[in-house]
Amino acid sequence: MNVLELTGVIALISLVAGFLGSLTGLGGGVVITPAMVLLLGIDLHYAIGATLISVIATSSGAAAAYVREGFSNIRIGMFLEIATTIGAVTGAYLAALISPSALAVVFGAVLLQSAWMSTRSHPAVQGGRPADRLANCLKLNGSFPVAGGTRAYKVSHVKTGFGIMFIAGALSGLLGIGSGALKVIAMDRAMHIPFKVSTTTSNFMIGVTAAASAGVYLQRGYIDPGLTMPVVLGVLAGSIAGARLLPGAPTRILRWVFAAVVGTLAVEMIYNGFAGKM
Amino acid sequence: MPGQTLTDRRVDEIIGGLLRYGVMLSAAVVAAGGVWYLIQYGGSAPAYHVFRSEPEYLRHVRGIVTGIPGFHCRRIIQLGLLLLISTPVARVAFSVAAFALQRDRSYVVITLIVLTVLLLSLSGRFSG
Repeated sequence: MNVLELTGVIALISLVAGFLGSLTGLGGGVVITPAMVLLLGIDLHYAIGATLISVIATSSGAAAAYVREGFSNIRIGMFLEIATTIGAVTGAYLAALISPSALAVVFGAVLLQSAWMSTRSHPAVQGGRPADRLANCLKLNGSFPVAGGTRAYKVSHVKTGFGIMFIAGALSGLLGIGSGALKVIAMDRAMHIPFKVSTTTSNFMIGVTAAASAGVYLQRGYIDPGLTMPVVLGVLAGSIAGARLLPGAPTRILRWVFAAVVGTLAVEMIYNGFAGKM
Repeated sequence: MPGQTLTDRRVDEIIGGLLRYGVMLSAAVVAAGGVWYLIQYGGSAPAYHVFRSEPEYLRHVRGIVTGIPGFHCRRIIQLGLLLLISTPVARVAFSVAAFALQRDRSYVVITLIVLTVLLLSLSGRFSG
């Protein structure tokens, strides 16, 4: 396979990953790294470097639309980004110290968790909880548009959410992923922020978190222009197409398909990690 | 004074535009460099199976922006990727200014902490 053919294959994988990622709301990044490593035999560090940059592209691209709709909460995002960026830098630093095999096992475990999460439905938002003192102090409580007006919400368990965000950032930096799923857990489950606000704010935060790791990745030489180019452009094109088709797409079926793909890749990654094939 | 104050809503709209154009511009630069790269190196054999890091001039902000004289396709792509990395950084920098205009002192501090982490990371302070 020459450079042109390899670029074409990577662009195609990224296009499909970006498309499915956008339709299912799970982000395509998690699929690309294992696909590049397992199918194309690309070194794990190059693969996570390329994927991390594509995560910034989709986050910024999608956030542009979400921010205008008024769902994302910039104060919540900005405050929690202290935790995610410091976590990301820590994770990116650790990525060089951990052996590729161990990294593959951790990657596989995170993939399994997100595959499992994606098939579960989200519980209804529980309202009426008392707001945290810290949440009042930091003006985290907000409102979002609903049919015929706005709905206010209060934020609780700010410290727990902050702690989970550090871990989400560290995993993002370690594995070159967006860790959107964990960010949503921190906001939706721990801090009781409405689901729609959690997902859009998470998307908003992913780009900033990834940019913090990108600095470290760049200096380490994980970001190869020839390899990153088809990933970024493919994911971007795929996610734009996905967003256009989103209304009316059979998301339930797609979620299962996506979960099956992610689950299979997870098992392969863990197997290869333990077999020392990385 | 309506229309005078910088509301959260208006800030959101400006940030949305900033992100959109940032991504579009960087994608265009990456694509231009990519076409050149494929014309020049499309037929050669890839070597990504073993990690060997990147050449010095592709690993630092200064190297990518001002590094070696003349243009090179891999450097153009890297420049586009650097633009992409900068969009969230620009967003945070803009937020510092927006919170300052709103006289929200605690959020100026919070946003400055995030901006500092980002800039230190990009300048290579955390790379070990």
